[in-house]
Amino acid sequence: MESLIGLLVGAPLLGAALLLVGGRRLDRVGHWLATALAATSFVLAAVLFSDLLDREGEERVLHEHLFSWVPVADLRADVAFQLDQLSMTFVLLITSVGTLIHLYSIGYMAHDERRRRFFAYLNLFLGAMLLLVLADNYLLLYVGWEGVGLASFLLIGFWQHKPSAATAAKKAFIVNRVGDIGLSIAILLMFTTFGTFAFEPVLDGATGASEATLTGIGLMLLLAACGKSAQVPLQSWLGDAMEGPTPVSALIHAATMVTAGVYLITRSGAIFDAAPDAQTVVVVVGAVTLLFGAIVGCAKDDIKKALAGSTMSQIGYMMLAAGLGPVGYVFAIMHLVTHGFFKAGLFLGAGSVMHAMNDEVDMRRYGGLRRHMPVTFVTFGLAYLAIIGFPYLSGFFSKDEIIYAGFAKGGTEGWILGGVMLLGAALTAYYMTRIMLMTFFGEKRWQPDAHGHEPHPHEAPLTMTIPMIVLAFGSVFAGFLFDSGEAFVHWLEPVTGLEHGDSPVGHGTVGLAATAVMVVGVAGAWFQYGRRPVPAVAPTGRLLTRAARRDLLQDDFNHAAFVTPGNYLTRGLVYLDHKLVDGLVNGTAASFGGLSGRLRRVQNGFARSYAVSMFGGAALLIAATLLMRAV
Amino acid sequence: MNPENYLFLAALLFTLGASGVLLRRNAIVVFMCVELMLNASNLALVTFSRMHGNLDGQIMAFFVMVVAAAEVVVGLAVIVTVYRSRHSASVDDASLMKL
Repeated sequence: MESLIGLLVGAPLLGAALLLVGGRRLDRVGHWLATALAATSFVLAAVLFSDLLDREGEERVLHEHLFSWVPVADLRADVAFQLDQLSMTFVLLITSVGTLIHLYSIGYMAHDERRRRFFAYLNLFLGAMLLLVLADNYLLLYVGWEGVGLASFLLIGFWQHKPSAATAAKKAFIVNRVGDIGLSIAILLMFTTFGTFAFEPVLDGATGASEATLTGIGLMLLLAACGKSAQVPLQSWLGDAMEGPTPVSALIHAATMVTAGVYLITRSGAIFDAAPDAQTVVVVVGAVTLLFGAIVGCAKDDIKKALAGSTMSQIGYMMLAAGLGPVGYVFAIMHLVTHGFFKAGLFLGAGSVMHAMNDEVDMRRYGGLRRHMPVTFVTFGLAYLAIIGFPYLSGFFSKDEIIYAGFAKGGTEGWILGGVMLLGAALTAYYMTRIMLMTFFGEKRWQPDAHGHEPHPHEAPLTMTIPMIVLAFGSVFAGFLFDSGEAFVHWLEPVTGLEHGDSPVGHGTVGLAATAVMVVGVAGAWFQYGRRPVPAVAPTGRLLTRAARRDLLQDDFNHAAFVTPGNYLTRGLVYLDHKLVDGLVNGTAASFGGLSGRLRRVQNGFARSYAVSMFGGAALLIAATLLMRAV
Repeated sequence: MNPENYLFLAALLFTLGASGVLLRRNAIVVFMCVELMLNASNLALVTFSRMHGNLDGQIMAFFVMVVAAAEVVVGLAVIVTVYRSRHSASVDDASLMKL
């Protein structure tokens, strides 16, 4: 059984290598090959899952040691895998949603001449993410972490002929690099503290280390998680990452990449449990991001960017839950899985809409699409109901549990957290309803594009609709399945631990409150966008709207705080380099040059003047000899 | 007669030769002055040999003569060649070896 883990990771990586090395010969079969390999991973994951299910709670962990990577004295870095319930959950999510997105891309990228390359990168993305969640030590996790960063860079900038895509790819890469520094520092701190990278000794030994060290490690891990999961303050890349093809956005937002941060925090739970300060920071980051993303999502007219804001906000929920400790880990992961389903469904639906509308992304130019694209409308609609937490759909279960866990924090903090999350839930309902109404309801607002082609909305091909239908099923039933008999909680409990917090507010009350704020959000959006026609040109809006359209000034802030001082620093250094270093070097050269110019005059070419110096020299030598003798 | 007088004569001849080398422009004359300096040193060497009562100085003088003869062969050939190409035997005209 263990050897299957290697195959599971290897299949997509092999696909990436084959497609990249294989060249044009594979142009016609490449996409099917990549999809088949992704599906192979999923089948292997399912086999491993059934194997784990046959065992008892504590026994559900598989180890596979492939080879020693860096065996140097005390430093041991192994390429070894650990499959436990947490990894298994991620593997199933990544491979299932990943395979569906592969299938969808076959239709979506049908007319792209670089489709083979695209599938190679998709496979690389999947392989790197599997490596990340299956590694049994932090160093191998770091390898997967960087692989994910690389694949996201390649995919976001896939349409590299567009300068905006190339810039967005670079932005994502650089912002992620800031987070990666955090991870590398955390790993180095772990090694100096525990003398190893492996999960088990580090996490088991966490209670023995000093709290200051653990807080440091925790904060650095959080920085890393912020980068990958697009949390404040490293959130700025996510919106621009929409420049990539839509299946990439779906993959980044649902199955890979942004979930890595939540995985890291949950996996390192033992460290955070022993460092309450770091935990508090995680909670604050999550709470700030969930509002930040929601506010941005409310103002964007670009359908993908609005969904990106939504992802940021939902990941904020997960972070917050993960920061609550054992009360929240299980629900963070549960929300992650349900979110994987409905967010992938939403993005694939958005892709289908764009496909039908000649790649138009402005929702103000959609309208009335429900009549033209019934399948997309229904699947998107179900995912929509799931994300806003419509009772008994998947989002309802996972989000309510997180809100409950927030109240269970107790005291004033509990009320603040619960309140923030309820506000976030209202905003979620508002912006998702807004997307829904602007896209599928109302009158048609599309116009001929610059070339005079009027879009003719049509339903997408089967390769695109099937994944959307499957994901819609997931969005509807996942939460119910997970919640029946607390199956998901019992499944994850051995890894993450579980505490039932004491909340001043009961489960029923939280559910009612969440449903109530959802209704308020939906009603608000309906009053603004459903009751009266949507203007084709965005109104100027109030100050907050304008700020939210500019991503709450995140880029302006980064520009003012980092880019401008950085430019000044560079200019200062260039000035110093010119004046000081170059001046020193050039000055030395010039002084030697001048001196040589003077000395050169001695060599005047007249033999007699050379004779004078010879005689003079000889006379001096003799004089000196005589003088020495006299002394 | 006091052999020191030969030394004074040798010094006088050497100085004459040296000032000739420095002051004259004609290459042949410069060359002759060089010979004069060599011979002045020969005289000094022979005198030392006499004063010390051994043959070291005389042997040295023979060596100087041989070297001088060889030098004359090469030097005169150079002077003649320079004169043929530049129509001048002035040492100051042959000042091309400079930057």
